[in-house]
Amino acid sequence: MRCMSLTIGTLVGAVAVLVGGFSYAQDDLAKMSQNPNQWVMPAKNYANTRYSQLKQINTSNVGKLQVAWTFSTGVLRGHEGAPLVVGDVMYLSTPFPNIVYALDLSHDGKILWKYEPKQDPSVIPVMCCDTVNRGVAYADGKIFLHQADDKLVALDAKTGKEVWTAVNGDPKRGQTGTSAPLVVKDKVLVGTSGGEFGVQCSLAAYDINSGKLAWRAYSEGPDDQILVDPEKTTQFGKPVGQNSSLKTWQGDQWKIGGGCTWGWISYDPELNLVYYGSGNPSTWNPTQRPGDNKWSMTIWARNPDTGVAKWVYQMTPHDEWDYDGVNEMILTDQRINGRERKLLTHFDRNGLGYTLDRATGELLVAAKYDPKVNWTSGVDMDKNSPNYGRPTVVQRYSTQAGGEDHNTTGICPAALGSKDEQPAAYSPETQLFYVPTNHVCMDYEPFRVSYTAGQPYVGATLSMYPPPGDSNMGNFIAWDNKTGKIVWSDPELFSVWSGALATAGGVVFYGTLEGYLKAVDAKTGKELYRFKTPSGIIGNVMTYQHAGKQYVAVLSGVGGWAGIGLAAGLTDPHAGLGAVGGYAALSNYTALGGQLTVFAVP
Amino acid sequence: MKSRALVAACVLTVAALWAGVVIAANADGSGDPTAAKNQDGKYYDKQGTPTYSIKPDGTVDWYTYSGYRRYSSECLRCHGPDGAGSSYAPDLTNSLKTVSYTDFLGVVAGGKKDVNTANDLVMPSFGVDRNVMCYIDDIYIYLRARADGALGRGRPAKHEEKPTAAQKWENSCMGPA
Ligand code: HEC
Repeated sequence: MRCMSLTIGTLVGAVAVLVGGFSYAQDDLAKMSQNPNQWVMPAKNYANTRYSQLKQINTSNVGKLQVAWTFSTGVLRGHEGAPLVVGDVMYLSTPFPNIVYALDLSHDGKILWKYEPKQDPSVIPVMCCDTVNRGVAYADGKIFLHQADDKLVALDAKTGKEVWTAVNGDPKRGQTGTSAPLVVKDKVLVGTSGGEFGVQCSLAAYDINSGKLAWRAYSEGPDDQILVDPEKTTQFGKPVGQNSSLKTWQGDQWKIGGGCTWGWISYDPELNLVYYGSGNPSTWNPTQRPGDNKWSMTIWARNPDTGVAKWVYQMTPHDEWDYDGVNEMILTDQRINGRERKLLTHFDRNGLGYTLDRATGELLVAAKYDPKVNWTSGVDMDKNSPNYGRPTVVQRYSTQAGGEDHNTTGICPAALGSKDEQPAAYSPETQLFYVPTNHVCMDYEPFRVSYTAGQPYVGATLSMYPPPGDSNMGNFIAWDNKTGKIVWSDPELFSVWSGALATAGGVVFYGTLEGYLKAVDAKTGKELYRFKTPSGIIGNVMTYQHAGKQYVAVLSGVGGWAGIGLAAGLTDPHAGLGAVGGYAALSNYTALGGQLTVFAVP
Repeated sequence: MKSRALVAACVLTVAALWAGVVIAANADGSGDPTAAKNQDGKYYDKQGTPTYSIKPDGTVDWYTYSGYRRYSSECLRCHGPDGAGSSYAPDLTNSLKTVSYTDFLGVVAGGKKDVNTANDLVMPSFGVDRNVMCYIDDIYIYLRARADGALGRGRPAKHEEKPTAAQKWENSCMGPA
């Protein structure tokens, strides 16, 4: 019966089931993700390159781009993430209440179905910094939605009907959902938000057919909870040993240790490893949680079948600045130091761009991708040093050294990082990474806080401002991950909080907080096109081809942390009202409103 | 903690009778903010409502300063830096021009909701959160100074010493370290 309504694409999959006797959704999905016409997973492909082979829109005609059609989501809050395109249908999700729309691309985005979950609004204030949702996942005829209340729902992609629901966490304990899931083989992987509520965060895998939990891997805790094999899981090629996490926390503090997993997930089918990062340890007051706080602030490589970790790398041991390690891991195969290698490139909140060997976790490059980064003098790259792989902290920017009730000033970057969740893109043609960045510094004063379940657990006061002497709060940069160097850098008035798109047309796209969609030359960064959409852009640009025509699409809808921190402008202690330049108020440029804008060359 | 808020609220019912008259002149939801009394480093206006004291050289009282810190760690994530509002929650420097001390205590302890087809505004209730309730007067005093235009944006540059009364209260309210 079901086969009758299947499309050609899934029929091929169905045949594979019969032939192989057994097939994973991933086989279809991996293939589908290579079709440039579609956009079937959050970052275009498992490697998270956000690169499209489409080139109808290119450097010579992008200047003629026009709006083809638009769609209002009916929701006002911050719109992160990007739509998916599967066949003739576009799927997109909104911030709370997390409406999912299926739009008919053959009819200018007519609504095929709409799904709106029932959620208790008391989850709204538990979400740190706005009620964002970073998009849905697709596999095997289903759409997977990670709701604000930390439920994971599978919907029938054809009808929008619920297939199953799984409860991943409890908002009453501060656990919420904002991240986009990723489907790997027969499992859907999902993280948790709640680092500001003292949650012990985890990555969990659910069976795509039944919604049954397959495994859960915490960021901190005993070995059997973090799914670490003391003998086989390595850091820098050496086994991490027993109780690698427990040893680095005082008493039971790991139970409220944070290490949240709300970023993006990538996957290497050949190595059979998934990659993601864990966030800040709770609280923001470092004095209150002595130790390295493992494995917060860590790049994880895990086996997607069992969840067991192959290797780890903790970037910021004993965080003192809220430099979450959740940003995306971009997987590329490149020649480095004369050798063809499988690489992982990661732009951390802490301001360092890391290049690692993704098979082994060997650290190859760690360099500042904003020259103003000052909290560290760099990472110890000497393999024989006891501090190998650790960043050297500059004492005057250490909020731990300053201690409780001491205001440490002039730290760069600010807590929002040189880059936050907004994902970078990679073009294999230029071998460059295109990175949306924040260019903001801060004062940070930690103080004592008490923990109450479900209540915020922060413990620091921050004030933020552009780096001294600069009036721009963001840059859009091109980065060479082999040398650790910035190739070009376009200044932006506000932080760039939109995910980038690289294309075979030699054009790179991104959005700005004022609301511009911008197209720049991948080689030089020269601006080729801009269009002001109705609201600030914190969504990620994507592209697809339908009926022979290439489209570029992006969600507008200002909000997220950027909307909160920048709405009234950054704090300038020396200015009165009407501050300009680096202290400009975002609210003078844009207002709330979720809208999809789809562009094409007529 | 609870009884303290209640006592303050009783004082306020009397004060509220005056409020209507004074609001127009000062645009302060609790009336004339001029400090009339200094009790162990904490200032009160003539109606007995907690208020700020800012010296001509910019030195602020301890509670204003403490309020700045607690505001920034507990409220900023929604109301934006310096109480100035955000894409997510109202500008409190504007709200406190009309919201009285009693109403302020009520909203912070009990929360407030405006969820419908056009809005999803939820102010959480902090009634059981010691990081907020132990410093609720501090936060109020800070925001009152901001709303009155008596205090600019950013961290107050200079402040009075932490009074022993404040330390005592903190220890009893927050519990052992
Ligand atoms: C999770 C987000 C969030 C946090 C944290 C938060 N608020 Fe609110 N607050 C709101 C929202 C949203 C509203 C508007 C509610 C409405 O209109 O129903 C609001 C309203 C208020 C109001 C009423 C304003 C008016 O004009 O009526 C006051 C007073 C207030 N908040 C104070 C605080 C204080 C003090 C803190 C820190 C202790 C705080 N809030 C923390 C979201 C928040």
